[in-house]
Amino acid sequence: MKLKGWKKVTPGAVCTVAGSALEFKTGSWRAFRPRWIEENCIQCLFCWMYCPDMAVNVKDGKMVGFNYDYCKGCGICALECPGKKGKKAIVMEEEGK
Amino acid sequence: MATTPLTLKELSKKEGLLTSGHRMCAGCGAPIVVKMVLLAAEGPIVAANATGCLEVSTCISDYTAWKIPWIHNAFENAAATLSGVETMYRSLKKQGKISKDIKFIAFGGDGGTYDIGFQSLSGAMERGHDMLYICYDNGAYMNTGIQRSSATPFGADTTTCPAGSVIPGKTQQRKNLTKIMAAHDIPYAAQASPSHWMDLVKKVKKALSIEGPKFMNILSPCNRGWRSRTDDAITLSRLGVETCYWPLYEIENGVTKVTFKPKEKKPLVDFLKPQGRFKHLFAPENEWMLKKFQEAVDKEWESLLKASGNEQP
Repeated sequence: MKLKGWKKVTPGAVCTVAGSALEFKTGSWRAFRPRWIEENCIQCLFCWMYCPDMAVNVKDGKMVGFNYDYCKGCGICALECPGKKGKKAIVMEEEGK
Repeated sequence: MATTPLTLKELSKKEGLLTSGHRMCAGCGAPIVVKMVLLAAEGPIVAANATGCLEVSTCISDYTAWKIPWIHNAFENAAATLSGVETMYRSLKKQGKISKDIKFIAFGGDGGTYDIGFQSLSGAMERGHDMLYICYDNGAYMNTGIQRSSATPFGADTTTCPAGSVIPGKTQQRKNLTKIMAAHDIPYAAQASPSHWMDLVKKVKKALSIEGPKFMNILSPCNRGWRSRTDDAITLSRLGVETCYWPLYEIENGVTKVTFKPKEKKPLVDFLKPQGRFKHLFAPENEWMLKKFQEAVDKEWESLLKASGNEQP
């Protein structure tokens, strides 16, 4: 993300590009990283619905992994994940380990 | 207009109208609420935002996380601002300059809704503007560092009602805003929680299908202010519903309907215990507070059940 100089800021600070916040990668905030274990996934998509950062990638109605550029590592997905036969499909792991 | 079937699979195929890259805290409830509301809406939407966490974090200097036309004006006037936008839309439509059917949604936190924005909200509802006002209620002024609001629950510790030797946290009960809004005789007022996403989405869909002023109050956990874990926003909002601290109901044209009845009503302490802001309530000398809080919750739940039961012909 590049900051604009004052000459380039639009009058009234109007944002003309929708969704430009995508330029700001919030993934660097993360202390814990969610790991997806595909064999335990029942594709309930709760992780996708409950993610506050829209960082769960879904393709054709199926969970396909995380977008680590934006995931802040809150862990809601891992806590809400029902998993399969008592085994979670999302686990939180400490970053850098 | 094509409507998306209410399954997560189908909803996930819709374009998200709030993008990643917003600067809300990790584990915040508000973006979850907004995402669900926007997923429920079909067709073009115009939104207004009161000052608050959601506003400052989604639109920081020249960068916006919104993919819809969005306006922020001041803390106290999200509803008045959107009233103006909606009035302009009606005028332009009459003049034949706009052909689209646009829905209007205002977002405000509890500070911008219960307190500071209350007069403009009340005015907009009284004037009957065609808009849906969504309050994401996290129970204090979290944006400025956890000051009490009239939505702060009884007994909660905040920086302006700190629990200590002088007072045991907030000594007043919270304002019942959903009922106050329903008392404006608006066609639709409801309460929802992100843990019950289907209920929330259905209520937003219903609200947007009704012409006139609508109000929804949605629980939005804040792990910083509630002094809880970053991963329990959904778990806590579910406990809020199951303990009947945050009952799910709607009031449509004066008729109250409880939309979710917990199989077993859990004791309120289940909701309070995981939150650090209520820690002092578990000290032996504050036992009376837990009792008083539980009584208030029971009273509200019973009154809702009674009102809901009366709807039968």
